[in-house]
Amino acid sequence: MSTEQVIQLDKVNKWYDDFHVLKDIDLIVEKGQKIVICGPSGSGKSTMIRCINRLEAHQNGTIIVHGTELTNDLKNIDIIRKNVGMVFQQFNLFPHLSVIDNISLAPIWVKKMPKGEAEEVAMAYLEKVKIPEQAQKFPGQLSGGQQQRVAIARSLAMNPDIMLFDEPTSALDPEMIKEVLDVMIQLAEEGMTMLVVTHEMGFAKTVADQMIFMDEGRIVEQAKPEDFFNNPKSDRTKLFLSQILNH
Amino acid sequence: MTSLGIQNISRNKYYNWIIKNLFSSWTNSLITIVALIFLYEIGSFFLNWAVFSADFRVNFNGEAIVDRTYCSKNIMPGEYGACWAIIYARWNQFMYGLYPIEEAWRVNFVYALLPLAIIGILFDKIPFRKYFIYFTFIFPFIAYFMLYGGPGLSVVGTNKWGGLLVTLFLGVTGIGLAFPLSIILALGRRSKMPIIKSLCVVFIEFIRGVPLITLLFTANVMLPLFLPDGVNPDNLLRALVAVTLFQSAYMAEAIRGGLQAIPKGQIEAAQSLGLNYWQTTRKIILPQALKIAIPPIVNTCIGLFKDTSLVLIIGLFDLLGIGRAALADMTWTKLYYEVYVFISLVFFLFCFGMSRYSLYLEKKLKTDNS
Repeated sequence: MSTEQVIQLDKVNKWYDDFHVLKDIDLIVEKGQKIVICGPSGSGKSTMIRCINRLEAHQNGTIIVHGTELTNDLKNIDIIRKNVGMVFQQFNLFPHLSVIDNISLAPIWVKKMPKGEAEEVAMAYLEKVKIPEQAQKFPGQLSGGQQQRVAIARSLAMNPDIMLFDEPTSALDPEMIKEVLDVMIQLAEEGMTMLVVTHEMGFAKTVADQMIFMDEGRIVEQAKPEDFFNNPKSDRTKLFLSQILNH
Repeated sequence: MTSLGIQNISRNKYYNWIIKNLFSSWTNSLITIVALIFLYEIGSFFLNWAVFSADFRVNFNGEAIVDRTYCSKNIMPGEYGACWAIIYARWNQFMYGLYPIEEAWRVNFVYALLPLAIIGILFDKIPFRKYFIYFTFIFPFIAYFMLYGGPGLSVVGTNKWGGLLVTLFLGVTGIGLAFPLSIILALGRRSKMPIIKSLCVVFIEFIRGVPLITLLFTANVMLPLFLPDGVNPDNLLRALVAVTLFQSAYMAEAIRGGLQAIPKGQIEAAQSLGLNYWQTTRKIILPQALKIAIPPIVNTCIGLFKDTSLVLIIGLFDLLGIGRAALADMTWTKLYYEVYVFISLVFFLFCFGMSRYSLYLEKKLKTDNS
């Protein structure tokens, strides 16, 4: 089986002033892989995926996405951001734009797509996340679960090959989590490369190829889900899993 | 149900509202009654003065009023009504200053075009809006040509301009020029580039730290010193520079307030979609920031519109200056109330209009359910 490495992190370090958030992170993601990242808050898991599309800058080490290295070069950053979609915990929809405008904005302005075509694309992705009827509404009029699905559609409309999810269900009421996870599972089945920071272990067991556990800025453990859940190697991982699986 | 029934219900509705809000307790009733008496006294006095006992063009003897000695209150001690004849007599000056009256049609023409020039900016759901916006950008050139003159039109120096013309010229042009400048200043102040940032901070803080009168004096006296010999911008232009800089600093701070209220996640979302700085600013940040900043922006606009009357200090005759000049005329002197009430009314109409427009905008831009 041929594998293509789409993301390479090599000895990545990052500090917030004196605080060392990421310590020697090494990570390789292959095309189509689904990686679920978990760990206590402050462990650096969000920071790590935010470094991959340069929402945060790392101070040393290298990050290569699709063969393009992330440096201060804005051109490289643009190239990478066009191929990497991101979904946020707080949705971050644009409240002054209708749902369809939220989704078609980037295709129109970044991809220079004609407005009509961009709106067709937007509608297609709204169908995919199963809320085409909400196209003309504004984000403030939707439930949390609907907003997050719009956010996913907005990201997909740029046709990325990698999707980053930063705790996509943490801000949702429990009854809305499933509708968002269902969309993500469908996306995984279609072969999207996904990096997901989440504590939804049921989701992790369903879709993950690799589990990563982070603590205090390091990758403590990386394993296939069956090994990760049944036979964790580090005590820190065991403790964490016992806390989140039995709460 | 008959219409009578509906009438009863609606009558009950008003009745209930009155009972609940005006007469809910004896103290409330007392306050209501005292307030009503007070309002009645003031209102009836004012209406009597301004309308029922007032002279317009003729006095109570039916004679045309040609100077203040013809006003009823000067003929008949005990008459107290207003003598609006001064406004009629000085109408042209109030509207055009010392603009040659045979050329006043040019000013009227510009006055008539002004609403067409701003309607496209103020409202977005009007037909042919695109063309109105084009017109907005052509309008300053038309207005300049019509007011100042040029090929085919005699030149009317700005020293002849006055009254409402100067007030509107400074107010509208000042606000219009300050708006883009203030956006640049506000963005610059939040820039990560140290030189741009400090330039904007110094500019804003300096201008805000100096009274407008000082700026007007400075522009009037010192601007020529900075410019090469021979370049001698006229007084009105100097005032316009001062007014624009002043307004842009205040507006920039109002807009910065709006910019600060935008959550960081909005910028991150835009960046993650691949939008660059200018696209993010134009499509995501500014529409939201300006919406939040509407009340303070309009506040500064209203403030500026009124502050234009300070130009009388550097020898320009705006509406207030013309009013004071009218009062200095021996034939009309002492009609202070009439002149100041009229000027107040004109200022009020424009400022109240701006205030209502800002409320309309806030309502229109509301996109959530709350």
